[in-house]
Order: sequence, then structure tokens, then C-alpha cells
Amino acid sequence: MTLNNSTGDVTGRIIPDRMRSSFARVLRSWETILIVVAILIFVTNSFLSPYFLNAWNLSDATFNFTEKALIAFAMAMLIIAGEIDLSVASIIALASTAMGLAMTAGAGVPVIVLTGIVTGLVCGVVNGALVAGLGLPSIVVTIGTMSLFRGLAFIILGDQAFNGYPKDLAFFGQGYVWWVISFELVLFAICAVIYWALLHRTTFGRAVYAIGNNATAAQFSGIRVDRVRFLLFLLTGLMSGIAAVCLTSRLGSTRPSIATGWELEIVTMVVLGGVSILGGSGSIPGVVLAAVIMGLVTFGFGLLNVPGIVMSIFLGLLLITVIALPRLLQRK
Amino acid sequence: MNIFKHREALLALAILASLGLIASRFPAFIQPASLANVINDSAPLMILGIGQVIVILTKCIDLSVAANLALTGMIAALMNGAGVPLPLILAAVVVIGAALGAVNGVLVWKVGIPSIVVTLGTMTIYRGIIFLLTDGKWVNAHEMTDGFKALPRLAILGLPVMSWVAVVLIAVFALVLTRTALGRAFYAVGGNPHAAVYAGLNVGRTQFWAFVISGALAGVTGYLWVARYAVAYVDIAGGFELDVVAACVIGGIAIAGGAGTIWGAVLGALFLGVIKNALPVVDISPFWQMAISGSAIILAVAFNTAKSRPKGRLILREATE
Repeated sequence: MTLNNSTGDVTGRIIPDRMRSSFARVLRSWETILIVVAILIFVTNSFLSPYFLNAWNLSDATFNFTEKALIAFAMAMLIIAGEIDLSVASIIALASTAMGLAMTAGAGVPVIVLTGIVTGLVCGVVNGALVAGLGLPSIVVTIGTMSLFRGLAFIILGDQAFNGYPKDLAFFGQGYVWWVISFELVLFAICAVIYWALLHRTTFGRAVYAIGNNATAAQFSGIRVDRVRFLLFLLTGLMSGIAAVCLTSRLGSTRPSIATGWELEIVTMVVLGGVSILGGSGSIPGVVLAAVIMGLVTFGFGLLNVPGIVMSIFLGLLLITVIALPRLLQRK
Repeated sequence: MNIFKHREALLALAILASLGLIASRFPAFIQPASLANVINDSAPLMILGIGQVIVILTKCIDLSVAANLALTGMIAALMNGAGVPLPLILAAVVVIGAALGAVNGVLVWKVGIPSIVVTLGTMTIYRGIIFLLTDGKWVNAHEMTDGFKALPRLAILGLPVMSWVAVVLIAVFALVLTRTALGRAFYAVGGNPHAAVYAGLNVGRTQFWAFVISGALAGVTGYLWVARYAVAYVDIAGGFELDVVAACVIGGIAIAGGAGTIWGAVLGALFLGVIKNALPVVDISPFWQMAISGSAIILAVAFNTAKSRPKGRLILREATE
């Protein structure tokens, strides 16, 4: 992404010649701040509402963030690599519409699920080909495909909706694996581990950081920059397809306006998780914590009968404060 | 400069060609009254487009314009309900819009948060404030005075005031961008921030003024929008910020900053306006509009980028294979 903000500070980045001790690093890290925020919100919520500390209620709360977080993992890697995908919510709409078409054609549950996931993948390929193949700026391309993908859903559905999905499909969005542990929560945990390993334990992950810090240098050190970019868009499309399956299953219907505005919530989640919007830094544990925080806030406010739009003010303020505070403190 | 002139001429040709194509089967579409209607419908997009061009020129982006529009529009409607005279309301929307833009500007300038993060946050905050002001209630046509509603529709020389406001603002800001020091600073800051610092420009402050201008223009549009459609509620112009960015991209404004003109954004807005107004005429379902404008954005950026791509990269690519 090329939307970097330069405030005229022309001094180079300071690279420490010795790393700080790991304990000091842990204390100061973004993740620690997020854990403290999460605990504060958790404690405040349990004092404010008597219904908060209930296993089933807390389990319900997880649905607020699991689907968005699935996409946020892939989006985090994309943003670390210096790109962005604003079309994810539209991919959900198109994938969900494709699932509806498959259902209308009389397909069974496995085919419906596969249709959703493959549609997501195809959308990811389109984004990846435009950005990595043609070298176009990702923010513009995905604003375009954002209109295009949801536009296709509107062309297919108009003001109609798909209803009457088979009963077995409900498992992906409403099913429980064990006691209060939902299928979505398990999927969230598994994907968190996979993405953590991919980003922090593989050469692919190192390549993502390298590209985000300096794409030209990465190219010169033998990283196939465009191939990595392409794969990242593919992953984001894939995760959007999976999220579409979960969401469609949970709602039991498809409208072209499904998941409107999610792209901005997902970007908020990623940035709140400590991923630099300019690329080059961030971590999956941070994103996991940010997802939990956003879920807790939404759920806690919901219990207190706070309307959704007031929650969004709070999330907007949280986003700006959390980004601004370290910058303001660092200056002193 | 030659390339940019070329680019805008091409876009103008594309608009004329699509008008010609539509007119060949539906001559009524290019009647003066119908064209005036197209221009009037595109006026909010053009006005916001001017502000967005200036912000994008400085390497920033303003995603809060639609929320700013909705908030100032709602405040205008509430002031009208409280009996405030119209001239005062008009002054207020400019000041409030500029103040909301200044909030973005300060966060970008003084705190150094990337503009996309700032405006993503203020976008939700501004819309939320509308809800806090009104409890989610609508201000409907019968709660607005006739004078308040009539101004944007008042026709002068065949064009409503709403279009004239757009025309005047386009002329003013085209002059500002090309003939004033501030205008040149917007290009310099976006073209090369480091060089701009050495040239004695304050990059952050220039970006701040870009956000103030964008905010003030959103404020003006807020009044025009609410008065023309005679309704104000939390969700008016929802998602409109992306249409504005789309108009800029179609108009050839480089998202990396430093290149583009007001005319590009105006033509981009007109292009989207022509599509939107032509679809019902040529009997295509309005549900196609979104997909068509999405394709237009992708084609426009592919076209613009292909022309401005540096040639040297290919050597490297062969070496790595």
C-alpha cells in the first residue's frame, strides 16, 4: 500500500545493535497492553452486568468476532506485507450468493460448502492477479473489486434473498463441538495456530515481513515478491470464503447486503492488534487479542442495552487512542 | 503535464462516447433538461471529489467525508428546526465541517497517525455522534422550513443552485491548486515529502489544511444533501466515501499522491453520474450499477498505472528467474 503518511521526519529508522532482554520486551510489547485492556474490559463488564459471567453468554459472545477474525488473520499478513484488501466483505456476499445458487440447484451440504470456499478462492485469485500480476495499487484495486463482487451479488439476487438452506448446514455457524465450545470457536483457534505458525515460524512468514519493510530489497535477496503477494491475496480470499460459509450457516439466509461494512471492522481489528498499517510489523497473537477485545466490548455493551452505533463510536475511539497513546508517550 | 492532459481528455471522450451511445437509442437522455439533471445528481460527488483530490495529493486519504456530510447535514436540519436563520446555518455547516476535518488533520499532523486509520476511526465516531444527537430519529420534510429546502433546487439559468455551488467550487479550487502557493504545496508534499521539507514546506501542516478543506466541502455538501432530499438520519450517504475515492481514481488521481487534477475528479464523478442516470433509461436493472462502477474503477487504474509504470523493473525480473 502506498498510503504512507510522512510528517516530514527524514531521520532514518534506528536499528538497535543489541536486543533488549526478553522480559523487558514482553512487558513493553503491544500484546501486553492488549492483555491489560482485555482484562480491564472483562472485569468492568462482569461488574456492570450480572449476566456477563455465564459460560453460555460468553460462548455467545464469541460469535461476535470469530468470523471476522478468520479473515483478520489473513488480512494481518497482507497488511504486514504492505498491501490491503478492502473487498473481503464483498467476497463474503458473492460467496454466500454462490452458495445460495448451489442450494437452489439442489446441491447437498458438502457441495454448498465447497462452492462458498471456491468462490472465495476465485475472488482472491482475481485480486492477486490484478495486484501482483499487473502491479496495480491494492487499495484501489480492492475498492474496485469491492464494488464488483457485491455488485455481482446484487445482479444475481436483486432485492431477493436465498432462504431454506438444508438443516445440516447450520452446524458450521450454530453447532457446538463440546458443551459451550462452538464449531466457529474451534475453527478460530485452529486458524490462529496455523496462521501463527505460517507467519512466525516459516520462511514464507519471514518473506512477508521482508516485503513489508522493503519490497525492493526483498526482491534483490531472492524473494519472489509478486508470488508472495499473490498467495496472500489468495489466502485472504480463501478465509473470506470460509467466513461466508460460517456466516451463511449462522444466519440461514443470503442477502446481497450481507456483511456490509465488515472490511473496515476487520482492518480495525488488525490495526488494533498492533499491525502497522504501513506494513512491516505485527503479530498474530496481537490480532487474536484484538479480536477478543472487540468481541468483549460488543457483547458487554449489548448486555447493557447500548445500541450498536454507540459501540462503534467506542471502537473508533479505541482505535485512535490505542494508536495515538504510544506515539504521544514516545515523544516525551 | 502532457500525460495528465491526455488522460483527462480521454476520460472526457469516454463520457461523450457513452452519451452518444445512449443517445443513439434514447435521444431524450441528452435533452438539456436531462443533462442538467445528470450534472445536478453528480454535484455532491464532484464537491466531495474536490476535497478528496486535495487530500490524496498530499499522500493521505479521507474516509470520513460521508460521515462528516451526514453529521453536518443533521446539525443543519436541527438548527433549522430550532428556528436559526438560513445564512447562519450556511456559515455553520462550513465551520463545523472544517472543524471535523481539522480533527482528522490534527491527528495526522501532530500525532502522526496514518490518515487511513484516523479517518476510519472518525468515520464511525462522526456517524455515532449523529445517533447521540437524535437518538436515531429522522428529521423529515415536514419538519424543515420551505426556505431551507428550496435553496438547492432554486434554478438559475436552467441549473439548480446545487449545481452552481459545485461549478463555483470547482473553479475556485482549480485556481487554488494551480495558482497559489498552498496549491503547489499540496503537489510538492505528495510528490516528494523529503524534497518538500528541504524546500521549506511543513508537510504535516499542508496535510492539515488539506483535511480542513475536505471537511469544509463535506459540510457544504451536508446542507445541500439534506435540503435537496428533504430528510436527515444517521445513515444518509452511507458508503459514499468509497464513491468519492472511486471518482478520483477514475479521474486519474494517483493514490500514491502528487499527481492529478480537480478536473480528473470532476470527470470521474460525471462518469459515475452518467452511468447511474443512464441505467434506468436504457432499461438495465439499477442493481447493475455497483458492478459496472467497480469494473470502471479497475479498468481506470489498470489503464493509468500501465502508462506511468517505470520501465527499469523488467531487467530485475529476468535476473531472478
